[in-house]
Amino acid sequence: MPTATDTVAAGDLGPLTTGDGTPLKTALARATRRARLKALFLVAPLLLFVIVTFAVPIGQMLYLSIYNPVFSDNMPRLSSWLRAHDVTQVRGEDAFKALVLDLTEARANRTHAQVGTRINYERTGATSLFKSTARKIKRIKGPPYKDQLLALNEEWGELHLWTVMTRAAAPHTAAFYAQALDLSYDAEGDIVRAPENRRIYGHLFLRTLLLSALVAGLCLILGYPAAHLLASLPLKYSNLLMVMVLLPFWTSLLVRTTSWITLLQSQGVLNDMLVSVGILSDNGRLELMYNQWGTVIAMTHIMLPFMILPLYSVMKTVPKDFVRAARSLGAGPVTAFLRVYLPQTVPGIGAGILLVFIISVGYYITPALVGGSSGQLISNQIAFHMLQSLNWGLAAALGALLLGGVILLYWLYDRLVGVDNMKLG
Amino acid sequence: MQEKTKMTAFKPIAVATLAAGLVLAGQPATAGEITVVSWGGAYTKSQVEAYHKPWMTQTGHKIKSVDAPNPAAPIKAQVKAGNVSIDVADVEYSDAVRYCDEGLLETIDPSVLPPAPDGTPATEDFIEGALTDCAVANIVWSTVFAYDAAKFKGAEPKTIADLFDVKKFPGKRGLRKGAKPNLEMALMADGVPAAEVYKLLTTDAGVARAFKKLDTIKKHVVWWEAGAQPPQLLADGEVSMTTAYNGRIFNAAIGEDKPFKIVWDGQVLDFDLFVIPKGAPNKDLALEFIKFATDTQRLADQAKYIAYGPARKSSGKLVGLYQDGKTQMAPHMPTAAANMGNALVNNFEFWADRDSELNERFNAWIASN
Repeated sequence: MPTATDTVAAGDLGPLTTGDGTPLKTALARATRRARLKALFLVAPLLLFVIVTFAVPIGQMLYLSIYNPVFSDNMPRLSSWLRAHDVTQVRGEDAFKALVLDLTEARANRTHAQVGTRINYERTGATSLFKSTARKIKRIKGPPYKDQLLALNEEWGELHLWTVMTRAAAPHTAAFYAQALDLSYDAEGDIVRAPENRRIYGHLFLRTLLLSALVAGLCLILGYPAAHLLASLPLKYSNLLMVMVLLPFWTSLLVRTTSWITLLQSQGVLNDMLVSVGILSDNGRLELMYNQWGTVIAMTHIMLPFMILPLYSVMKTVPKDFVRAARSLGAGPVTAFLRVYLPQTVPGIGAGILLVFIISVGYYITPALVGGSSGQLISNQIAFHMLQSLNWGLAAALGALLLGGVILLYWLYDRLVGVDNMKLG
Repeated sequence: MQEKTKMTAFKPIAVATLAAGLVLAGQPATAGEITVVSWGGAYTKSQVEAYHKPWMTQTGHKIKSVDAPNPAAPIKAQVKAGNVSIDVADVEYSDAVRYCDEGLLETIDPSVLPPAPDGTPATEDFIEGALTDCAVANIVWSTVFAYDAAKFKGAEPKTIADLFDVKKFPGKRGLRKGAKPNLEMALMADGVPAAEVYKLLTTDAGVARAFKKLDTIKKHVVWWEAGAQPPQLLADGEVSMTTAYNGRIFNAAIGEDKPFKIVWDGQVLDFDLFVIPKGAPNKDLALEFIKFATDTQRLADQAKYIAYGPARKSSGKLVGLYQDGKTQMAPHMPTAAANMGNALVNNFEFWADRDSELNERFNAWIASN
């Protein structure tokens, strides 16, 4: 777009124009805009696809981690009372009246158990409290409601229940994040650490990060020489080796995981072999499955191609002459490797580590099958809350924290190594 | 031998299919398809043989049989997402009650169910508790523990306490990954009489006691999730004892000649029930299928393929031989008098209310080392 200064300047020199008299600048802008639109038009299907099937569902899922209207929708009278009052001070007849009326209605709509489940996320036993009260709600005859309700179950008078209900009355909540961080609210509504036997997620996040880092490290140690071999062998040999890398890559990971079970379980192929050779006694079989080691071994194998392929593609482009030149100038093999070869493969190392690490962090099938109890990762808990307990808010909060952690690590990596230095192929 | 039984079992079905095909040719093309979700393995197979195949040949409708580690799990997800693809699911009692309470299931009027052959209405013919607002039971099953007899040459495990005694009976243990019914079994192994288990479990001290008992074998446990896993773990020699659904062990021991033995002491009995998720795409057809599958003959037929007791009293008399033609099924049923000595009946109300809470606690316990 021409600006005021442009026209002034152009006025001095006489404008440069195209054949039909349009200023050159405008014509140029129009031409590039058209090219850009064309490009956008070409990628539009992909963009639309990504937005519709990827960005929107993920966004919706993440929104669930802070949004849960079950209580406010199904207990409208009580919710508006709770929003207007301080429950630590007053919980009089009007509050109990709202509670009883809402509960009667929820019972008729068969939503009382959902409401109870929502409260149960933060106060255990609430599901049964809501359900048993709803079952007997017909026995409550007219006002005053408070004493009748307390007679049904005195838990209705407890402060903790009311503070939880107050938080649930707002459709937006931080409760799931609190839970995902092993925090809980006490009776007064203050945030405290969860009781010892409920703390689980911090521990699992840490284990996930450590095991993923270990897998990435093992993949690098195993994959680097292999990739180097692939890159330096003559084509007819390296092609054969490449097939050996790709074949497992193409095999279903379920097949590979269960094969590892067959190999490594305590009555498995490896243990049987070691016992028959006499290295192990029958009672001293190695425990390589259904624990952390199972997870690490199987995952390292599954992730290996993700390390070898980017390394290989980078090593392929490193001229062999450089190392030879270094050697002829007097560098020992170690020095030549460390100062000439290694630095040139850093983009591949970076790409491989990042790829393996990020995929590992979200892995769930392999740990579920071979992890036993000590090899479970945070993704298994997310799967549990998605599929079994159906506490989607908590699953979303855990997923969001995991996503945040990966983005943070990516940012750190960018600061330390530089993403431009990464080469995926 | 096995080939032979397969052939003989197959022939009548092939003939029936042919006949149905001929009958169908003259009917208007209104055949529908329903999706039935069940637990997989030998159990689904018994349902396919006893319910699905006869229904398909008689009505011309189709059944898509789907397996899940727990068929109840996808129901809530599907109903909440407003995208229901399941028409019928086979679920446990506590889930049937919980989901019914949460409004996730269609209600089923028991008066539409077919009466017993002698005319007894369904409401009286089903075992007490087998019909709820939203569900119709088809079997009584049980969680038992079983062991590989080849592993124990001397003394063999006899009581539920032996499952938790790794000193006397060394080896790994297979347990279901979840709070139910490990907590009950732990308490019974700790000496609590079956009648007092649930009373104790409603208290914090009782739950703590159960976890403390589980602590004693935690290091020796291989956790399983799908019903087909425990017989596999036993067969692989990965565990020396495992809890399992009794029918699966029966199938491995009698059907596949494995040296597995069931210990009935401390068994936990439960129903499996058919439910229709709210908003099921073929609701009416689903109800037709449930009416068909839970009639007296069909329930008795299922017992031909797996050792689960029929939920109708009138089916009991019709239970005969296993499909091998020589094994009497009655003594293998969890409800056989000899097996009921120290049995616990799963308290569905307890689990419908405390399921999420106790499983959360269980997960925290399992994740901490």
